[in-house]
Amino acid sequence: MNATYSSELFIGIFLVLALLFALAPLVVARIWAGCFSPQKPGPDKNATYECGLESRQDASVQFRSEYYLYAILFLVFDVEVVFLLPFAVAFGQLSVGASLAMLVFVLLLVEGLAWAWMKGVLRWT
Amino acid sequence: MPMIEAALQDELRKQGVFITTLEDLYNWGRKNSVWPLQFGLACCAIEMMAASMARHDLARFGAEVFRPSPRQADLMIVAGTVTKKMAPQVVRLYNQMPEPKYVIAMGACAISGGPFKQGYNVLKGIDRYIPVDVHIPGCPPRPEALLHAFMTLQEKIDAQALSGPNRPRHMRADEPSEFPVPKFGDHDLEPPHNKSVWSPPGAAGQS
Ligand code: SF4
Repeated sequence: MNATYSSELFIGIFLVLALLFALAPLVVARIWAGCFSPQKPGPDKNATYECGLESRQDASVQFRSEYYLYAILFLVFDVEVVFLLPFAVAFGQLSVGASLAMLVFVLLLVEGLAWAWMKGVLRWT
Repeated sequence: MPMIEAALQDELRKQGVFITTLEDLYNWGRKNSVWPLQFGLACCAIEMMAASMARHDLARFGAEVFRPSPRQADLMIVAGTVTKKMAPQVVRLYNQMPEPKYVIAMGACAISGGPFKQGYNVLKGIDRYIPVDVHIPGCPPRPEALLHAFMTLQEKIDAQALSGPNRPRHMRADEPSEFPVPKFGDHDLEPPHNKSVWSPPGAAGQS
């Protein structure tokens, strides 16, 4: 009646049950394959699935790390547009402080643009 | 070998004792959860989509889960015109499906080339390369025809033996699970058909 339960014991039991729950279907599938349904792997079946086409080359290709520059440039303009539109809509009711804060923000982004310009990123050749 | 006759089984069921065999249980589960490959080739695919929608409701047969990958599919519905350019891909997709797998050839195009039979670029039936379980005639077949094909396939699955000499292909270790993928030749696909699954009409037995 008054048995004391330790919570660690419960966690342990649940851990074992969870493991069994996950592993049992795999084991049953293995046994089923051994008794009835033979496994038949093959070159096509084991190949990478690419919508039915044969894969041409290795899927793990490398990208040039210099692309981060384009990513930054995109971000500059992207963020700018997102914030400039509501800024323009609400411009009439804005206080001086808010306008100044917005100016600082835009200047920060312009600084990024100037930096990219100086590095020559804007030359698309 | 039936362990217990159907009459006795019926009698027991009336008394509230339910007896089944592993084979029945296995087939019952399989036939009610056939997952088709999400794969449409031409106009017949529109009818296939209609069959999976609310009005015709393929879900009643447990087959509404169209899988986007052949790894998870049991059934390939060849719904539409198989061009010779597409045929190798169709066969490869079939090869990539795990066993047991089934094929429904839907529409005149998939079973014979249909209205494009005289065309230079259309395969005259997908059963030249892969074993087809159910053929549906029609151009296009109505969704009801696809449902009927489904029920036919379910009957077929239900009748498959788990062991013994009549067991189906996927239960035999010596039968292939992959079929040769045709190549693009100079004038036609090479080979023009798979001799082990199809032989020209009139040449039956010679293959
Ligand atoms: S059988 Fe008719 S409806 Fe179906 S794919 Fe061919 S042409 Fe289209």
